Amino acid sequence: MEAGRSPNIEILSNADFLGLEGKPGAFTAKVRLRPRYINADKCTACGLCTRYCPRHLVDDYNEGLAITRPIHIDYPQAVPASYFIDPRACLHLQHGTCQICVPVCRSKAIDFGQQPEERALQVGAVIMSPGFGRISEETLAKFGFGKHPDVVTSIEFERLLNPSGPFKGEVRCISDKRHPHRIAFIQCVGSRDLGCDNGYCSSVCCMYAIKEAMVAKEHDPEVEITIYYMDMRTQGKDFDAARRRAEEQFGIKFVRARVADVMPWNDQLRLTYATLSGSHHFEPFDMVVLSVGLEAPKDAKGLASTAGFELNQYDFCKTSTFAPLATTRPGVLVAGAFHGPKDIPESVTQSSAAAGLAAGLLRTQRGQGTVTKSYPAEQNPGEEVRIGVFVCHCGINIGGVVDVPGVAKYAGGMEDVVYYTESLYSCSQDAQEAIKEKIRQHNLNRVVVAACSPRTHEPLFQETLKDAGLNRCLFEMVNIRDQCSWVHANEPEAATAKSRDLVRMAVAKARHIKPLPEQTVPVTPKALVLGGGVAGMTAALNLAEQGFESFLIEKSGQLGGNLLKLDRTLQGDKAADLLKELSAAVKKHKLITVLTNSELAEVNGFVGNFTSMVRTANGKKASEQSISHGVIIIATGGREHVPARVLGKEPVASKKIVTQQALEQQLAGGKAKAPASVVMVQCAGSRGDDLAYCSKVCCNHAVKNALRIKALDPASQVVVLYREMRTYGFAEDLYRQAREQGVIFIPYATDRMPEISAKGSKVRIDFYDPILQDQVTMEPELLALSVGIVPEGTKELSKLLKIPVNADDFYLEAHVKLRPVELPVSGVYVCGLAHSPKPIEETIVQAQAAAAKAAIPLVKGHVEVEPTVSHVDQEICIGCSLCTSLCPYQAIQMVQLENKQRRAQTIVASCKGCGICASHCPTFAISMGGFTDQQISSQIEAFGREENRND
Amino acid sequence: MAKAKQERAGSVMVLGGGVAGIQAALDLTQLGYYVYLVEKSAAIGGAMAQLDKTFPTNDCSL
Repeated sequence: MEAGRSPNIEILSNADFLGLEGKPGAFTAKVRLRPRYINADKCTACGLCTRYCPRHLVDDYNEGLAITRPIHIDYPQAVPASYFIDPRACLHLQHGTCQICVPVCRSKAIDFGQQPEERALQVGAVIMSPGFGRISEETLAKFGFGKHPDVVTSIEFERLLNPSGPFKGEVRCISDKRHPHRIAFIQCVGSRDLGCDNGYCSSVCCMYAIKEAMVAKEHDPEVEITIYYMDMRTQGKDFDAARRRAEEQFGIKFVRARVADVMPWNDQLRLTYATLSGSHHFEPFDMVVLSVGLEAPKDAKGLASTAGFELNQYDFCKTSTFAPLATTRPGVLVAGAFHGPKDIPESVTQSSAAAGLAAGLLRTQRGQGTVTKSYPAEQNPGEEVRIGVFVCHCGINIGGVVDVPGVAKYAGGMEDVVYYTESLYSCSQDAQEAIKEKIRQHNLNRVVVAACSPRTHEPLFQETLKDAGLNRCLFEMVNIRDQCSWVHANEPEAATAKSRDLVRMAVAKARHIKPLPEQTVPVTPKALVLGGGVAGMTAALNLAEQGFESFLIEKSGQLGGNLLKLDRTLQGDKAADLLKELSAAVKKHKLITVLTNSELAEVNGFVGNFTSMVRTANGKKASEQSISHGVIIIATGGREHVPARVLGKEPVASKKIVTQQALEQQLAGGKAKAPASVVMVQCAGSRGDDLAYCSKVCCNHAVKNALRIKALDPASQVVVLYREMRTYGFAEDLYRQAREQGVIFIPYATDRMPEISAKGSKVRIDFYDPILQDQVTMEPELLALSVGIVPEGTKELSKLLKIPVNADDFYLEAHVKLRPVELPVSGVYVCGLAHSPKPIEETIVQAQAAAAKAAIPLVKGHVEVEPTVSHVDQEICIGCSLCTSLCPYQAIQMVQLENKQRRAQTIVASCKGCGICASHCPTFAISMGGFTDQQISSQIEAFGREENRND
Repeated sequence: MAKAKQERAGSVMVLGGGVAGIQAALDLTQLGYYVYLVEKSAAIGGAMAQLDKTFPTNDCSL
């Protein structure tokens, strides 16, 4: 994780938060650092100490399913990559004895003299991201947890599935280590349960249960898995598709039932469960997984009082719908599951948003605290090739299998290799100094390191090269850990031979590598925001607060988008208030130019340097203007769907059939009257009819309208026909409230859909009630359909911007989990309904996140380009434009040369170095920096050199 | 790693080093701020470091 390498992040781990004083812009935060008893700068994470430590300790990281030692590291990739001593179990710290680790540690890192240290940090803002807590054992015990070893939590199951977990990735019963044949998942453990005071829905359990079930099936296709649920809440983007896959491809069984108890039955466990119809069933299983919910962090109360902000009724952070990330204390923000249960993409989105808000708050202080590293001037490598090879033992990780000294010596015998050595840990700080020293001493101009994975360590070594005045591309890395010592752990000779092969190939390539220029592209510090709804306005405002100019383009005549059609949110906030506040702020801000009645007509350029033509209608006339900007934020929104099919049939036309949005408008205002009876039909058009996906907000919308009707007239009859009520998160409370107020919720199955018909002025609905177990007919005064949400104009805009959309016409993000608001084309960001259906609160957060991400290139003023980009030799290029059509990042364009010939040209700022263009070019005109044909062929030739292979 | 400067304008404290905290810290540095990432356990990573694979890309979560 790159946080560990940034010079501008100081990680204070093992630290307690003690207090926060001051005001936004000038807080003093007190923290206490508990001793690790290991000097983190010296520790090389070799693991020798853990092997010698005589004491056992239950491994919290593996959920207590494994045993570790008091001196340990949770997992090899941990940041900081330093071991620590758990004082609870250490013999020396508890009893003053032992100290066996002290002489064992070769780098003399163990320091029992460390004392707790208190520090006062001067900070301008604080972001609270303490995560979530665990469901109490008492709640889990209701399902036999703690009594029967084969009842495990979903987090334990996650560890069982993991190769670094207790059984090395094999799923085994804890009781007798057998492979389970039948596994049951029980949903809503510690969620939607007033019995443990968690009335809310944890939002993530349905999806992770499906994921865990699918992964378990991949491990062992024979295993039979059943998921017992109340409502499958797979409301997120593309989640329903995964659920269908789990059912259809993986054969995972979904049973809508509440599990009453789990009892031992021979060597198995017997589940008792009740279905909707009220009948009881028994089913035996080998293993039962409890899908545990997310609770507020254990120390939430303490944290809130120390930091001085309020909590909600469930001890999560108290926030409001229209300022979702602000705590009740100004300058203190919240992000992640502490805001309310949520999954990774939403947490990541909130984090970016909180970062952007903090950046807006501290605009005047920007850049004052950061450090930038400087490097010596790059030397010209000259003609003569002088290669240095460094082979790493990685403690025993490589050295325990591969004959490292032998490999190093072998490398030393190769042509152009003027220096070779081995090192215990080539990634350690002193090893970097040694590499720099050897580069100077032997005048090395190519460096080959044979160690672990370049994915994690290449940047470190490249940094060392830069420090030594070498271009970072004069580096070649060989992975003899993953590819040799790990996969061939039981064949040391073969592993060593393969290491020699790989080193020989790397040296062969190194002879041909050349320095590549570090390129930067300047950025126009302005943004183009498309869409003037809540998302677009929020994004433009946030950018303005950070000090950046933006152009807000709105198609219609006024700002507001869907806010104009909304009355109140589910939580009761008035949409008009938000609209007034946002549009006033947007219009007032000097850095925002609003262009209504306008549309994007044309876009040219790339990240940092876009030029757009914006067409503005002015009565019947239209004018066009050209705008230069560095980034684009897409906030084009969505609208209520007009279904072509409802419940599998042609929609019935009647004045008495309305959409939820129309119903909301009818119920708005002080003079509104409630209809005497309403039937609401969920998923009318969504999840199977025209739209394959779930629109996420309709269940909340129905509950909101139902509550409004009951508030207007408690005698009014409201029936909601649903497939699954997806009132996730804290909305569950309002769902419960609606039931308590007499709203009747009746589920329907897709193989027995309700039927709508109209005769004269009457509308009629026939449906099957699974609780009454009978067919019911109603003739309500109104029939409200939850029709779902479709994106607005993504097809056209995606063509204009050359950005892909998913199967449902929503924009496809760059990485679903980790880059949720960035699009595959650099410099283009997405938020709001154009990304996927979502409620206002999530839209606001996403817009803030998009603004934060978009601000990054604007703050820097330039875009750094990886040197490994493609290059077109225009002498050889025949202008066929095959590459431009294949490039997934729009990073190759056709240009006209002076002689009128068309030739391809790389836009280095957009190129990601994937190599697709180079591999398809019919005339071999494209070469990839760092992976030229010559370099790759020399590697292949070196591999095939027999005399070297059989030495 | 000698970053012992005590007084810094333009800094933000991020409390909690899980995926949310780490992402906030990374974005803040990119936006031009110095970050103190305060974590109560010995390593950052939080709950995500315990996960095996993540939906839908099945990427390793580390």
